[in-house]
Amino acid sequence: MATKTEFKNPVVRWVDDRLPVFTYLDHEYNQFPMPRNLNYWWNFGALASVVLILMILTGIMLAMQYTPHVDYAFESVERIMRDVNYGWLLRYLHMNGASMFFIVVYIHMFRGLYYGSYHAPRELLWMLGVVIVLLMMATAFMGYVLPWGQMSFWGATVITNLFSAIPWVGDVIVTWLWGGFSVDNPTLNRFYALHYLLPFVIFAVVALHVIAVHITGSNNPKGIDVQVPRDTVTFHPYFTAKDSVGLVAFLLFFSAVVFFAPNVFGEPDNYIKANPLQTPPHIVPEWYFLPFYAILRAVPDNFIGGWVTGWMGVTFVSAKLAGVIAMFGSIAVLFLLPWLDRSKVRSARYRPVHNAFFWVFLVDCFVLGWVGANPAEGMFIWIGRVATAWYFVHFLIIIPLVSMIETPRPVPASISEPVLKEKA
Amino acid sequence: MRRLRSIAVVLAMFAAGATGVWAAGEKIEIPDRDWSWNGPLGSFDRAELQRGLQVYTEVCASCHSLRLLAYRNLAALGYGEEEIKAYAANYEVEDGPNDQGEMFLRAAIPSDRFVPPFANEQAARAANNGAYPPDLSLMTKARKNGANYVFALLTGYQDEPPEGFQLMDGMYYNKVFPGHQIAMAPPLFEDGVEYADGTEATVERMAADTTAFLAWAAEPELEDRKSMGIWVLSVLAILFVMTVAVKRQVWSDVH
Amino acid sequence: MADEIQTSDTSDEESSRRDFLYLATLAGGAGLGLAFMWPIIDSMNPAADVLALSSVEVDLSPIEEGQSITVRWRGKPVFIRRRTAEEIEQARAVSLADLPDPQADADRVQRPEWLIMVGVCTHLGCIPLGQKTGDPKGEFGGWFCPCHGSHYDTSGRIRKGPAPANLAVPQHTFLDDNIVRIG
Repeated sequence: MATKTEFKNPVVRWVDDRLPVFTYLDHEYNQFPMPRNLNYWWNFGALASVVLILMILTGIMLAMQYTPHVDYAFESVERIMRDVNYGWLLRYLHMNGASMFFIVVYIHMFRGLYYGSYHAPRELLWMLGVVIVLLMMATAFMGYVLPWGQMSFWGATVITNLFSAIPWVGDVIVTWLWGGFSVDNPTLNRFYALHYLLPFVIFAVVALHVIAVHITGSNNPKGIDVQVPRDTVTFHPYFTAKDSVGLVAFLLFFSAVVFFAPNVFGEPDNYIKANPLQTPPHIVPEWYFLPFYAILRAVPDNFIGGWVTGWMGVTFVSAKLAGVIAMFGSIAVLFLLPWLDRSKVRSARYRPVHNAFFWVFLVDCFVLGWVGANPAEGMFIWIGRVATAWYFVHFLIIIPLVSMIETPRPVPASISEPVLKEKA
Repeated sequence: MRRLRSIAVVLAMFAAGATGVWAAGEKIEIPDRDWSWNGPLGSFDRAELQRGLQVYTEVCASCHSLRLLAYRNLAALGYGEEEIKAYAANYEVEDGPNDQGEMFLRAAIPSDRFVPPFANEQAARAANNGAYPPDLSLMTKARKNGANYVFALLTGYQDEPPEGFQLMDGMYYNKVFPGHQIAMAPPLFEDGVEYADGTEATVERMAADTTAFLAWAAEPELEDRKSMGIWVLSVLAILFVMTVAVKRQVWSDVH
Repeated sequence: MADEIQTSDTSDEESSRRDFLYLATLAGGAGLGLAFMWPIIDSMNPAADVLALSSVEVDLSPIEEGQSITVRWRGKPVFIRRRTAEEIEQARAVSLADLPDPQADADRVQRPEWLIMVGVCTHLGCIPLGQKTGDPKGEFGGWFCPCHGSHYDTSGRIRKGPAPANLAVPQHTFLDDNIVRIG
């Protein structure tokens, strides 16, 4: 912000002299230099912020109609669907918006993984992103509880019970989380309060994430630094135009779901009011948690548990705790990624071995999701264990090893050069 | 007894993976029906809904509630204000307290929700041999493949269970119900209702009408939703073409 | 020469076509965004279940002459009084010049016997007394608001005290001799 933008409009200038918001907007969203070679995978960050705003907007409108009480929550959601003007639209937008948010953010993450957007100097940017995902998961989980359907209730019961795996204080913590001796009205109320709060925390972390990306500038498909002005184009109109294309395409997909298949991501059981005396035969989390759910269930009883028991004579780590640790570890390992990958080359385009393992890892995530959707029986147990093991092997062994022994292909000298060459 | 039954049900449903419903190694076929409200342009058939309401009123309503619906909602079925008032007046709701501090019964009015047949779950179980007839307001959304399942269930009764099948006392054999033992007696019989519009009341007709009515009850917004969807998608499609043109124009001097 | 003119025409046309495309796209996007604001705003309007309660039907048959009942309508009390001949006479006899909020009794009732009005004092929203036999009815034999001492007459018109206007008469229709719909 070394140079201030001169504005013609006197009111704008008056404000800007005192608080340079317009200069900021001009620098960051008008003149901001973007690598000219960004492809459409770079749309998803902008899309995620649009979805976040849409979620907050529809969420506030729904909160005006919703009643956070175990006796009325289910009915109040159905009242929104039936009696509130356009309530069905707001609710379906919000409900499917959660799925859209995860679709967009997961793509955004895999884009970062593929093109090495977590490498220096973008480590903090990447870590802030992981914080956002964690917050999104907490928010989505608590939001799913609010309609107080069967899956809401039993999902809340199962997930809060995870904390009982913590040695010694587990049960105390779970009781504290519940505000009682089971998931009940106090639980619903606190989840509602937090579900309203967390999106604003997400918003704040997104702001930091955006500030961070404007310090380092965007990574790009070639993974090399911007060197000359010719490597870049201004944010406006080039990327406002390109993001608009992505946004409208995304809205087409989103609308198709909301208007023509609004329950495609949902579970029929959640249209049955919560019944604390009857568990649905097959509990599944929402699709975006399935890979993590598979990891949670993958740890065998005699794995770490047996080993630690044998060694210490005391059970420090039960299988339940091991599963919980594995699940949280699957996210925690992402924080370490910038230091696990020691390659000097960012983009997988120029790293054939790393590239191949990326696709294997992507398939592994889908396999985990598929396992998470199925009962932990028969072959699914073993597929789940192998896929879980691979998840950690990928991050903890493959990535460091490949980054140290792989010889990358030659990297282009600059962003604009090969483009111009190809043209010529 | 009930415990055994629920274990059977749980086992059957436990086998139901993401791919389909399996019971005892045999896949239960739920045939697809060509419902009028299927597809992006689908809408409900008013005559069918009205017949479905009649079947619900005369058959289902003696055990199954429809709590989320209000009598006023029947306007969507094409009924006028007077008809709805007359329909609602057949039921009594508790109101009060009055000036003496007592609760009293009065005839239902259009703004009331459908009066349930039983005061509470315990009363419902007591009257139904321990089984709880579920509320039907969201039935077609609360089951996988909802409408097809409801229709298949209503038409899936078999007088005699297959050879070797152990049917428990007071239970009925149903082809599509998970575990095949259902506490609900076959509700529909040939000419079980006399349709107001003179339609012949075959079991299949009644089952289809009831399913249509329940599909409407579960998703009364369906028609609004689809017509708005067509509009929104059309506008977005045009806008998409325009943004692509703008993007090409803007980037023409870069590439 | 002719060629040159031709060229500059084309580029002008092209740039104006391009400007039109930008503007049209911007307008389309803004239009869609604005259209989406309507569901957002309209969701705060009264919902269908609220509107369903916006009119109530009252059975008048149990009310004796000289009796009043209070019914709830849109969250507020509605006073329904079956007036005596004397009260009607009293209400009609008042000269409009004596009224802070001049209104003839005939303009306030559809059937002289039945006075139907919203029982909320027009001063600061208290509920006036006068519905029960033992209540104070104020100096004009109608209703009396205990909060700041407004007196209403047998037609519910303000006669004395701080209230600026007569008790409001809600829209109502007699469906038959015994049933009135309010709202």
